[in-house]
Amino acid sequence: MDFTEDQILRYSRHIILPEVGGKGQAKIAAAKVFLVGAGGLGSPVGYFLTAAGVGRLAIIDDDHVELSNLQRQIAHSTKTLGMPKVQSAKETFNALNPDVEVIALKQRLTRDNILELIEDYDIVVDGSDNFPTRYLVNDACVLASKPLVSGAILRFEGQVTTILPRQGHCYRCLFEEMPPPGLVPSCQEAGVLGVLPGIVGGLQAMEVLKWILGKGELLTETLLIIDALKTTFRKVKVPKNPQCPVCGENPTITELLDYNAVYCGVG
Amino acid sequence: MEDLIPNKRIDIRGLHCPYTFVKSKLAIEAMNVGEVLEIVLDYPEASVSIPKSMQDHGHRVLKVDKVNEKDWILLIRKERE
Ligand SMILES: [Zn+2]
Repeated sequence: MDFTEDQILRYSRHIILPEVGGKGQAKIAAAKVFLVGAGGLGSPVGYFLTAAGVGRLAIIDDDHVELSNLQRQIAHSTKTLGMPKVQSAKETFNALNPDVEVIALKQRLTRDNILELIEDYDIVVDGSDNFPTRYLVNDACVLASKPLVSGAILRFEGQVTTILPRQGHCYRCLFEEMPPPGLVPSCQEAGVLGVLPGIVGGLQAMEVLKWILGKGELLTETLLIIDALKTTFRKVKVPKNPQCPVCGENPTITELLDYNAVYCGVG
Repeated sequence: MEDLIPNKRIDIRGLHCPYTFVKSKLAIEAMNVGEVLEIVLDYPEASVSIPKSMQDHGHRVLKVDKVNEKDWILLIRKERE
């Protein structure tokens, strides 16, 4: 790929890294990333991947920007209150780096549209804030064999894991079924310290870049657990489960389900 | 060594760090292993740092010459992808 003089300046701190170089930057520029959610996690993921110069970034979310989002959702601002989150994020990201084609999808992700939506993308990032979407995205990525970087946050705890379908574990190898709604924190219990999604989303964006570059070790068959109060990062091994209902040897989930339980999100 | 003909030549006079190295690195990445890159530069620090970084990246520095009051010419052979 031929870089313009501006691109050479913009990406110079990538280019001088032996693990990236011009060739690695060209891989980043050719990558197409599908981002689920434009909230607490989606904001930093989209921000850093836009800064890094991915080729195309699609963001799906059907919410609007609210004042209570701005304590952590850094793609939005007081000026974009009331605007669809994907539109607000697109404006922020376009201002940061016009090289990146940002596609704003203001709609719900469902069992009927997800496979078609992710088809043209290289990798999926889950920044959603609820279990039905997390399981929908996991099952769709396994069925479509798409790499998936999953992140979750609650209060002071964050989790990140990278799923390479069939090579490693999937989310259902880790937690086979969605927790029943009663076990999930209610709205008034579901606070989150505003910086935590930045840390978790930053780690998700880092996983995406390493996957694109083919460098380093990914969080495959590993769950990274971050405790922000104690400032600890703990890696837990998550072996692939041969009896997993979606990625195991005899899967019982061979098409997408109805993921309609109602939860309260904190994303 | 005197009659070695470089496969590619870049003139990065007027550029400072780190763009001196960024340009040199992009140039050598686009070449084949075994080919020789000639770099003309006038930023004194780069006459030391580029040869060092090229060596760190596994390439061979064939020549570092101060050719006049302001300019250096480097010859680097690409040794690996
Ligand atoms: Zn599984």
